[in-house]
Amino acid sequence: MRFASTVCANLLPWGIRCQTAFAQESMGSTNPKPLPSTIVRDDEGALVTAAKAGDLAAFDELVNRYERRIFRLTTHITQNREDAEDATQDAFLKAFQHLGTFQGGSRFYTWLVRIAVNEALMRLRRRRPNVVSLDEPAETDGEIIPRQIEDWAPTPEQRYARSEMNSILSGSIADLDPIFRTVFLLRDVEGLSTEETADALGVSTPAVKSRLLRARLKLREKLSPYFERSAKP
Amino acid sequence: MNCRGVIEELSNYLNGELDAVGMAELRRHLERCKNCRLVVDTTRQTIMFYSGDEPLPLPDDFRERLHDALLRRLGRQST
Repeated sequence: MRFASTVCANLLPWGIRCQTAFAQESMGSTNPKPLPSTIVRDDEGALVTAAKAGDLAAFDELVNRYERRIFRLTTHITQNREDAEDATQDAFLKAFQHLGTFQGGSRFYTWLVRIAVNEALMRLRRRRPNVVSLDEPAETDGEIIPRQIEDWAPTPEQRYARSEMNSILSGSIADLDPIFRTVFLLRDVEGLSTEETADALGVSTPAVKSRLLRARLKLREKLSPYFERSAKP
Repeated sequence: MNCRGVIEELSNYLNGELDAVGMAELRRHLERCKNCRLVVDTTRQTIMFYSGDEPLPLPDDFRERLHDALLRRLGRQST
């Protein structure tokens, strides 16, 4: 718990309101818990129904709830602020335009995320035409045994100024292949479940699990040189 | 369970999606393998660094532009 509160207090720009389920244990001593889903409120169904009927105020409330999350997501996918703004706006416009096709079988947010991911990836491909499609098989056959196995400092985030820490975190995630980055963003940053992530991306649950594992391990490897005990800031 | 098995089940373990038998096997391995303990712990920290609930602020005029675009679209839909 001590570690969690320290991390939270020092990473506000990255928005760490810690998922203490991860933080409370050390070295696997207690049961890890799935991330809690705290995104959806009880009145969301009513808002969606009203928005479907053309109530702009209801849709505005949905925008209000999710716009900053969607902007964070599109920013990390596109790695370009202008593209992220455009992708966010177009995601909401398309959501409004196609709200009649939303069946309610999934959460509205998951449905919105799917639209936003598509908008963001479309812009990413314009800038980087060689980016693969999310529904193509990812390169997952490579070795996944970690190479960096040195312990990290007890509070690695305290070794760096906030701006340096943000730079390390954003630079590391930007280096990930989009096929891994997107899964990590939905699952570990946005807090979607594995099934919701699969639904939002239109890929299978095993594909999400495989990509998530590799994304987490790749990120760990990228962060290790900064956070190992022997690392020099 | 060996080291490779721990890595393969790492995400399921951290997500709390491992069954009781798998959890017990993985823990037994962690008790005797320092390297795997380090990998599990630093991967957990990695997730913590990125997980959060404080989204990015949007530009000041974003909402206004979105509203204008929505109203234009709504106007087109209702005509």
